[in-house]
Amino acid sequence: MNSFKERAFKYVFCVLAYCSLLFLLGIVLTLVFNSLQAILNINQLQFFFSDDWAPYFYPPIFGTLQLVISSFMVGAMACLIAVPIAVCTALFLFELASPRARAFLKPFIEILAGLPSIIFGFFAMVVIAPWLQRTFDLPSGLGAFTAAFTLAFLAIPQIVSITEDALSFVPKSFKEASFALGANRWQTLSKVIIPAAGSGISTAIILGASRVIGETMVVVMVAGGATALPESIFSPVRPMTATIASEMGEAAHGSLHFSALFEIGLMLFVITLILNLLATRISKKFRLKLGHGR
Amino acid sequence: MQSNVNALKNKIKQNLAFSVLIAALCITLLFLGFMIFFIAKNGIGVISWEFLTQPPRDGMMYGGIAPAIVGSFLLVMGAIVFALPLGVATAIYLQEYSPSNTALRIINLGINNLAGVPSIVFGLFGLAVFVRLFGFGVSVLSGSLTLGILILPAIIAASQEAIMAVPLSFREASLALGATQSQTITRVVVPSAAPGILTGIILAIGRAGGETAPILFTAATFYKRGFPTGPMSEVMALPYHIYALMAEGVNPERQTLIAYGCALVLLALVIIIALSAIIVRNKHRSSYGH
Repeated sequence: MNSFKERAFKYVFCVLAYCSLLFLLGIVLTLVFNSLQAILNINQLQFFFSDDWAPYFYPPIFGTLQLVISSFMVGAMACLIAVPIAVCTALFLFELASPRARAFLKPFIEILAGLPSIIFGFFAMVVIAPWLQRTFDLPSGLGAFTAAFTLAFLAIPQIVSITEDALSFVPKSFKEASFALGANRWQTLSKVIIPAAGSGISTAIILGASRVIGETMVVVMVAGGATALPESIFSPVRPMTATIASEMGEAAHGSLHFSALFEIGLMLFVITLILNLLATRISKKFRLKLGHGR
Repeated sequence: MQSNVNALKNKIKQNLAFSVLIAALCITLLFLGFMIFFIAKNGIGVISWEFLTQPPRDGMMYGGIAPAIVGSFLLVMGAIVFALPLGVATAIYLQEYSPSNTALRIINLGINNLAGVPSIVFGLFGLAVFVRLFGFGVSVLSGSLTLGILILPAIIAASQEAIMAVPLSFREASLALGATQSQTITRVVVPSAAPGILTGIILAIGRAGGETAPILFTAATFYKRGFPTGPMSEVMALPYHIYALMAEGVNPERQTLIAYGCALVLLALVIIIALSAIIVRNKHRSSYGH
């Protein structure tokens, strides 16, 4: 009787565990299933390589090249701004901050990493966009650079946290050996610690990039929304996430437009999945290299 | 002499490099600190008892944001009610019943990678499955389930970590006293892991409460007279309300003012939630001596 109860208990947990896996798998299946109509009915060469997105024309045109280019352009600019600032901030926390400052700054950065993206989007609309418009004398403050600048500060706290973890992961003996050879603190940091933590730092950067490319609200609010190929870094653009967010409300269920938006979602999913797999892979190697295999 | 010059050079280099690091920290803190300060400064004047407790009036120009606060609360509670049992049970199964290595690897790989999926993709999933396939429509229920799946990977990961941190000796002691495995799990492992699981849940509450993209097409509406009446009604929600105030409507100036108040309320809630997670975690750290 008792062993029956034990077995039942185990099976309940087993079923629930596979339920969560099922839900998670369901995301992939849903994306593929809802994209099928678009995949079968839209010329896929046109879908990936045309830069004309006109879902309300008759016949509608679905080319996503400029949406993808916009996503990568905004993502790349955001990373260019965020990575140096974030890595240097993490180095400060690791090397220069006193224990008391660290005890305050680390949780503070963690809180900043959890701020909702809508707050950043709102702040960008009321402060950053007008400021950039004045500074660079632009026709409109809403554009790729405004979005990238905002996304950079959204990503910084997260990149700082992961980079700092990677730095702390380097065994203390590395540092001691370097000091014993007469190196000063900066030489030790730049020639021993950073190279040893290099792959951990790249994991942080890749995860930051994945976050920035997948971010929706900031680009919906301040990227400008034009579906043309960007001409300059200040051009209004519409990345993939913003296209889904702004058109899904109007697309009739079951229409080709609806399905095409799902295919953009599928593309987005694949891009972030590749980035995440890459990050997991690098971080595993990093742990093995430093002798913490598991 | 030569070595002195070299040491001096290196010292100068070090000072230069360290000033760059200090500058980076200042940029990070100044920007993000200014953002919080600016929203607080402009939002505080808008907030009043009426703002927090009354529904909007006169086409969003006056009144308060109470339905958005209630809506966000319902969405988050629904998400937790759904994701908590599922997430904790999954973590218990993976850690305590140690299924085959392949099963563990596959499930963990799925969980890790889904944690990085963009939130708008979860919104698409919610739209296709809960709103359409299950026929729940645009409702609290659809939104809660979507947010629940969004936070599921984080809850599983946090619970696994908390369960892993419970020393093996606790389980051995319980089994040695004649307790069965299910008794050990419910009376020893889960209570010991509870603070860690709680930290994970609190962080998940903050995450779910601040997300906008997943509820865009599954739950949210800009304007609703009065409060939600049941699980099938559309709701206003704080993050979506900020977006809608900035993007729709007819009186941008007045609406921006309300958006400041709304943003401050959301910011304050998220920061309080994150702080309480940190407090719970710090208390927990002092137990079992590591």
